[in-house]
Amino acid sequence: MAANISPVPRAAAVPAHAPVLDAARVRRDFPILDRLVNGQPLVYLDSAASAQEPRQVLRAVEDYATQSHANVHRGVHALSQAATAAFEGARERVRRFINARSVREIIFTRGTTEAINLVAQAWARERLGPGDEILITALEHHANIVPWQMVREQTGCELKVAPIDRRGELLWDEFLKLLGPRTRLVAVAHVSNALGTVLPVERIVDAAHAAGALVLIDGAQAVPHTRVDVQAIGADFYTFSGHKLYAPTGIGVLYGREALLGAMPPWQGGGDMILSVSFEKTTYNELPYKFEAGTPNISGAVGLAAAMDYVEGLGLDAIAAHEQRLLAAATAELTRLPYIQLIGTAAHKASVLSFTMTGVHAHDLGTVLDAQGVAVRTGHHCAMPVMTFLGIPATARASFACYNTEDDVARLVAALARAREVFV
Amino acid sequence: MDLKDLYRDVILDHNRQPRNFGSLEPADGRADGHNPLCGDRLSVFVRLDGERVADIRFEGHGCAISTASASLMTEAVKGKDRAAIAGLFNKVHALLTQPHAAADAELGKLAALSGVREFPARVKCASLCWHTLNAALADGAATVSTE
Repeated sequence: MAANISPVPRAAAVPAHAPVLDAARVRRDFPILDRLVNGQPLVYLDSAASAQEPRQVLRAVEDYATQSHANVHRGVHALSQAATAAFEGARERVRRFINARSVREIIFTRGTTEAINLVAQAWARERLGPGDEILITALEHHANIVPWQMVREQTGCELKVAPIDRRGELLWDEFLKLLGPRTRLVAVAHVSNALGTVLPVERIVDAAHAAGALVLIDGAQAVPHTRVDVQAIGADFYTFSGHKLYAPTGIGVLYGREALLGAMPPWQGGGDMILSVSFEKTTYNELPYKFEAGTPNISGAVGLAAAMDYVEGLGLDAIAAHEQRLLAAATAELTRLPYIQLIGTAAHKASVLSFTMTGVHAHDLGTVLDAQGVAVRTGHHCAMPVMTFLGIPATARASFACYNTEDDVARLVAALARAREVFV
Repeated sequence: MDLKDLYRDVILDHNRQPRNFGSLEPADGRADGHNPLCGDRLSVFVRLDGERVADIRFEGHGCAISTASASLMTEAVKGKDRAAIAGLFNKVHALLTQPHAAADAELGKLAALSGVREFPARVKCASLCWHTLNAALADGAATVSTE
């Protein structure tokens, strides 16, 4: 076991003027938080895997289903027009949320994974060959590793991996060494799901562009915690999922610069992505529809738009400040427990706290916490290379969202003490 | 959910102090088991006397259920022949997966694993060592048959 015990990370600075979130009021928006789990009030600390949905999102989806549902982009009847307006309205909502230039740059997908695969197959597979390189980091989720390995198999290109240090920070000089004239694409997480590290995406984009490479950012863990402006970041592609942002599962987004998307061939063929079809020749539809074959997840898009309204209503700065306060409190509490090792102690972190307990396997820990109503994620977090690098099979991970409170932190700490009693 | 149903004293004891822990060199059979989902890894070593398991050890790392199950298994199968071990495996499998499997007297301390079936995510933790033992015995059979 080589779990690293590092000094307490400096929590990201919370500005003194940061707006205060009324978490007690926020909690009333989330019906699931009222339920008991194993006879205990639920403490939900697994939002980094999937966040819960507020009433506002549930209601928007229900209103759509009860008032407006039909297929989009097809019928002349009232419901089809209402559904199309709702779906395209959601696209405009997403554009504003990430500050894209145009709705033509917003492609709805099933989630981050599908968005990355779309770029892998419609951009990388088309353009890369032997001698070309894709550069990722050692922090990536499997969704930002495996699609590139598939492209490597298909094209003969190379996949390079920029290393991290034991705190979970990208080794910048090593990253720069691996970035070169052969690098065609840099694909990096904005925030590490396993360790919480926030990567310096603006610097990465600048360096990659200077080297002539494009940049794809996996923003699944970033969008719930920080204001994302794709133009300010300069990303060529930015991907994220709805269900980590308090929206339903099965809806996500690929943002791509219009010039890039326009030059890419379609990925999947079918309805909605065509202008005309004959057996001799099919003319593809324009952006963004070219990449949305088949009936899309209309109600999911409606739910995503409602979730964006919701988080902007609370204020992303207020959410971020609230979560950073909880992260700092939990980090301080867990640091006091001599039998806990914090895993991932980067200077700049999102509200993700990964840890191990001396003598207790993460899965046993997860079961004992669950028995006390505390839901955390345990395992490799779909980031096996991170675990291998750190020399540990698994961690427990608590992640904080807008609806978590100081009381949740206290319940976690008490549950950890109880777990310690059971096993040692 | 009562944690004591899963983490019975016998299991906690075998997790803290696994029996027959370590390797056997030389061994007539050995196999490695890996559960990539949770990272559990263990190796089982057997020394055979004809059809009988004369000695058995295991090593590796895993959760309390996986470690205790392996430890209990080594105690239960030592001295038994292949047929008896196959019968025991079937009984353990039933215990882990069937809703109201009555604890068979032959199971002895292995009956402590009956709480695992209430935790479907953990059944593989308890059965990994048995599958690994089967592989080690198959390996052993191959070795024996060439002699």
